[in-house]
Amino acid sequence: MTIGVKIHRVILAATIGALSIPLLWGQKGSSAPAWKNDANVYAELTKAPKKAVTRRNPLAEDPDAVAAGANLFDQHCAECHGEMAEGGRKGPSLRADPVQQATPGTLFWILTNGVVRRGMPVWSKLPEPQRWQLVSYLKSLHSAEKPQP
Amino acid sequence: MRPGCNYERDFLRMLKRKRRSSSCWLAMACSLILALVAGSGSVAKAQESPYIVTYDHYLEEPGSLEVEYFSTFGTQREGNDFHAFWSEFEYGASAWWTTEIYFDGQTTFNDSTIFTGFRLENRFRLLQREHWINPVLYIEYEQTSGADKILKEVEGHDGESDYAVPNAIARREHDHELEWKLLLSKTFNGWNVAENTIATKNLTGGNPWEFGYAIGASRPLGLKASAHRCNLCRENFIAGIEMYGGLGDRYSFGLHDTSHYVAPVVAWNLPSDWTLRLSPGFGLNDDSHRFLLRWGVSREFSGFGEMVARLFRSREP
Repeated sequence: MTIGVKIHRVILAATIGALSIPLLWGQKGSSAPAWKNDANVYAELTKAPKKAVTRRNPLAEDPDAVAAGANLFDQHCAECHGEMAEGGRKGPSLRADPVQQATPGTLFWILTNGVVRRGMPVWSKLPEPQRWQLVSYLKSLHSAEKPQP
Repeated sequence: MRPGCNYERDFLRMLKRKRRSSSCWLAMACSLILALVAGSGSVAKAQESPYIVTYDHYLEEPGSLEVEYFSTFGTQREGNDFHAFWSEFEYGASAWWTTEIYFDGQTTFNDSTIFTGFRLENRFRLLQREHWINPVLYIEYEQTSGADKILKEVEGHDGESDYAVPNAIARREHDHELEWKLLLSKTFNGWNVAENTIATKNLTGGNPWEFGYAIGASRPLGLKASAHRCNLCRENFIAGIEMYGGLGDRYSFGLHDTSHYVAPVVAWNLPSDWTLRLSPGFGLNDDSHRFLLRWGVSREFSGFGEMVARLFRSREP
């Protein structure tokens, strides 16, 4: 076997190995949602800076904000947090008290910064108005059923 | 040995290679179709940037697989125009790590169609939260032939004349490259601005480090989402511009003998989970191709990692 062939085989093996690691990364464990046993799952809400906490939702009076937010939730959030925001395999319930009692500014801050360490990506790629629409929708969950998009 | 025998042997080798490359393409096409069919039932999230060369700081969502196909048509002075194409499989390993594999190929008109290599790419988010500027570290290993023409990045003294070599000769060169990029990006008032600094080392031969850059700016046409799903809503379109080029190498850093391009870009994020991208690019100096037309189509499959993990998980009673 020539050195060239050996190098190719090593590279091929390394490639297959490198591809399989990320696939299994973070996917191990039991089928029960990890957040259910995690007492600190909502702790990130308390880390929002004061300036962010006091921000007001500029779309709070927009009659379309909740429906638009519901659409955005379906597209971007339901996969992890569940169709009805009741919590999924990866993301915690957004109907829980800590979320519903958080200020709109806090929710906006979480959406913008994500919780990268716990697997929630940053959502600053959504323009600000869309993040506020999502906040409007999340706040509407407190008292209402999910509106039909 | 008769000279004719050499010719015959070379011809047979060429035929074998052609068969091999066509079987590679068949395998690639099958895997693409399988991936599309397997994931067609899942919910996807389409909010993709319009850039084709520049990277912003947003990574793939954890557990999601994005399957992409891109195409570049390039004009070539003193040679044949070409159509280069590549498939990307991009996977979000975590919220701070995205990994990707590419398969490249090209057709040079009046010449041949060949498979030109593969790339393994990893992007790591360096900071946990959003900051004034957001850095991402990009590391890529490339195993390509000298006939690779996808122009995914321009670096060193890359120029149009490098692409005029016939495929049969160019493909004899085998490159093992390690590419590092520092991706800096910021989004404010709907605008995304991104800058990529590129450093590449060809591991074969004694080639020096080569450098390059890519910068881009883009913005959705509408910032608020509509209350109803629609295909042609303004927020589904993102338009922008990107510019990229080489910066020489370790021994001759600078703009001398380098090529540069400017390219408007537009992306259409369809609610049906598909993203289409289009980008006409224009060479800015005599070392650049005069015109590059790029387009791409992609689809994101959520829950791909979960699906794979389920295959390895024991069933609970």
